[in-house]
Amino acid sequence: MERTLAIIERDLRRFRRSTALIAMSLIMPIVQLVVLGYAFGGNVRGLTLGVVDQDRGLQAVHLREMTGAVAANAKTFSPVEYHDMGQAVTALRDGRLNGVLAIPPGFSRRVLEKNDPRVALIEDNTDGFVSASMAATMAGLVSASSMPPPSSQRVPATTSLDVVEVYPYVPYIQYLLPGSIVMSIFMMVMIGGGIIFIDDKSRGLHEGYLVTPITRLELILGFNISGAIKAVLAGLVLMLIGSPIAGVPHPYEPLRLLRLFVVICVTSVALVSMMFLLMVRMTDPLLPRALFGVLNTILYFPSGAVYPQAAFPKWMRAIAIVDPFTYAVHALKSVVLKDVGFAAISGDLLFLSVFAAAAMTGATLLFKRTL
Amino acid sequence: MNAIEVRKITKRFGTFTAVNGISFDVGRGEVFGLLGPNGAGKSTLIRMLTTLVIPTDGTALVDGADVTRDPNTVRRAIGVIPQAMTSDLELTPTENLLIFAKLYSVPRERRKRLIAELLEAVELTAWADKPVKMLSGGMRRRVEIARGLVHSPRIFFLDEPTTGLDPVSRTAVWEMLRRIKSERDLTILLTTHYMDEADKLCDRIAIVDHGELKALDSPMRLKANVPGQNTLDASFTNAPVDWRERLARLPGVDGVTEDGNIFRLKSNSGPATTMALMSTAAEVGVTVDSLSVQSTSLDDVFVHYTGRQLRDALQDPSPADRMMYRPR
Repeated sequence: MERTLAIIERDLRRFRRSTALIAMSLIMPIVQLVVLGYAFGGNVRGLTLGVVDQDRGLQAVHLREMTGAVAANAKTFSPVEYHDMGQAVTALRDGRLNGVLAIPPGFSRRVLEKNDPRVALIEDNTDGFVSASMAATMAGLVSASSMPPPSSQRVPATTSLDVVEVYPYVPYIQYLLPGSIVMSIFMMVMIGGGIIFIDDKSRGLHEGYLVTPITRLELILGFNISGAIKAVLAGLVLMLIGSPIAGVPHPYEPLRLLRLFVVICVTSVALVSMMFLLMVRMTDPLLPRALFGVLNTILYFPSGAVYPQAAFPKWMRAIAIVDPFTYAVHALKSVVLKDVGFAAISGDLLFLSVFAAAAMTGATLLFKRTL
Repeated sequence: MNAIEVRKITKRFGTFTAVNGISFDVGRGEVFGLLGPNGAGKSTLIRMLTTLVIPTDGTALVDGADVTRDPNTVRRAIGVIPQAMTSDLELTPTENLLIFAKLYSVPRERRKRLIAELLEAVELTAWADKPVKMLSGGMRRRVEIARGLVHSPRIFFLDEPTTGLDPVSRTAVWEMLRRIKSERDLTILLTTHYMDEADKLCDRIAIVDHGELKALDSPMRLKANVPGQNTLDASFTNAPVDWRERLARLPGVDGVTEDGNIFRLKSNSGPATTMALMSTAAEVGVTVDSLSVQSTSLDDVFVHYTGRQLRDALQDPSPADRMMYRPR
């Protein structure tokens, strides 16, 4: 055991003095959390809507006033009046407008006659997020303008849907936080574990170990425990810094911190084991660097860290099923966003533990005590 | 019992034979050198003896233990300085030695004193707590030497200990090794491709080329076995036409070559040939403009046994020497 501790001590002493490595491993996930969190999480604002009123009736004026109200409050778009439909569409195609609201002649009369009144929204649909946001706002606006006047009946005759949200509002940056914690663990495992492991091997440092009486098991334990300690530290730092940045309510509640700590530990061991399995027979120092980008993409994005897995095609869901990130992200989301207990994440922890055991067994079988 | 006994040891990597049936013994307290060009098989041989590479065939006993059957006993008995600088650059010499003291299970109460003694022996006490990355190449090599001795091994393996060092650092490392050897009961096996290093440090030298043992003896005897123990280079004024033939008839001369104005005489008796040359020149009225007498060097020995100069003998690296090597 003393020899295992010596390997761990050596690795951690080196790590403590590699400030650039620590900074790089932690800064990237934090930057990603903040940039992606605010870039994807905010409401669409400041669009320009052309309004062509060919009706000029009372109901049309009412609709135009409502677009003005949106501009003053939600600021989704600001209306610009056009008198000619052709000019408005040209402006849309030139990119000066994001959409055109066309109010056809006779609109007000049809509203009063209750004779299928219609308006049109002509959209620049090259940006799905922008066009969906504008369509949703306009749909709400048209629906509100068509509401019947207050009824004298005590009970409404139509069915209505009341949505009840179980949890407080979750901004996107909070949704992203669990993925960023897993990413910080992965970065540390990759840079502080995989790349350094191969660099040390190619520099001949492992020869120094192999000529001592250290056993195969002691050596493997030393490499993996030191890697897991570094990964846990990275995950904890991101959890402690990222939670207040993302606005997690009561970020330092002790019981939740304990559950997060357990998930981070199990995730770290699983990812370190996976990395050791990948690196155990590798000798080319360039390979882990090339592998880094590929692994980052195929593990991070299918995990549901940035987008719900329900939206994925079948082949991507198949990757997600065997992806350890999926279970780590799910467990962390459950604890961070829902504050659940261990029972709710036991399946995730079980998968990660089995994954770690399988990867470590494979790596141990492949590990050679000689050159 | 010898410190090292090697019998017909062979290592093949696929179809490439890096070491081919080499046998030799190294006595206790001896400094034994493996001399050969890069890729000759020296590093593969030393790696087999230090349990890093498993032999394909043959046996090797190190401190009485078989390298294949009982590698852990071998590992406890040996100290190894690999060819590459393998100390942690971010750690201090003290920390590097401390980690290895733990890896070798040196008792806690002995570690501090032992490390201080070793750092003093390699003259690094003043640098004990500076990061290794601040030290020069020669100092880093001395850290490695101290590290290899941290568990008081009985046999010390050094794979090209001075490769890449400047002449001053090389001399310092030699002096250090001589002093350490004189203070401890240590057997040393080193590989080198520097003739002067092998000549100055080793009690016996094995010349290795293309994975085979070409010669094995003390430096003195190896040189004595080479015809023409001395080389005389001389230039003359007023030399007669048959001067070369006259020089060839001088006592002890094995052969004469002419390179411009310089005559080179191979002699098995330098002093006798020199005396005869001076008296013959005086008799004939030839003026000796310059004369130098050189002893046979290990370079001559290497040429004699391998048929080529050591510096010309660049070979493809073996797979064990260059893990990244891929034949084109």
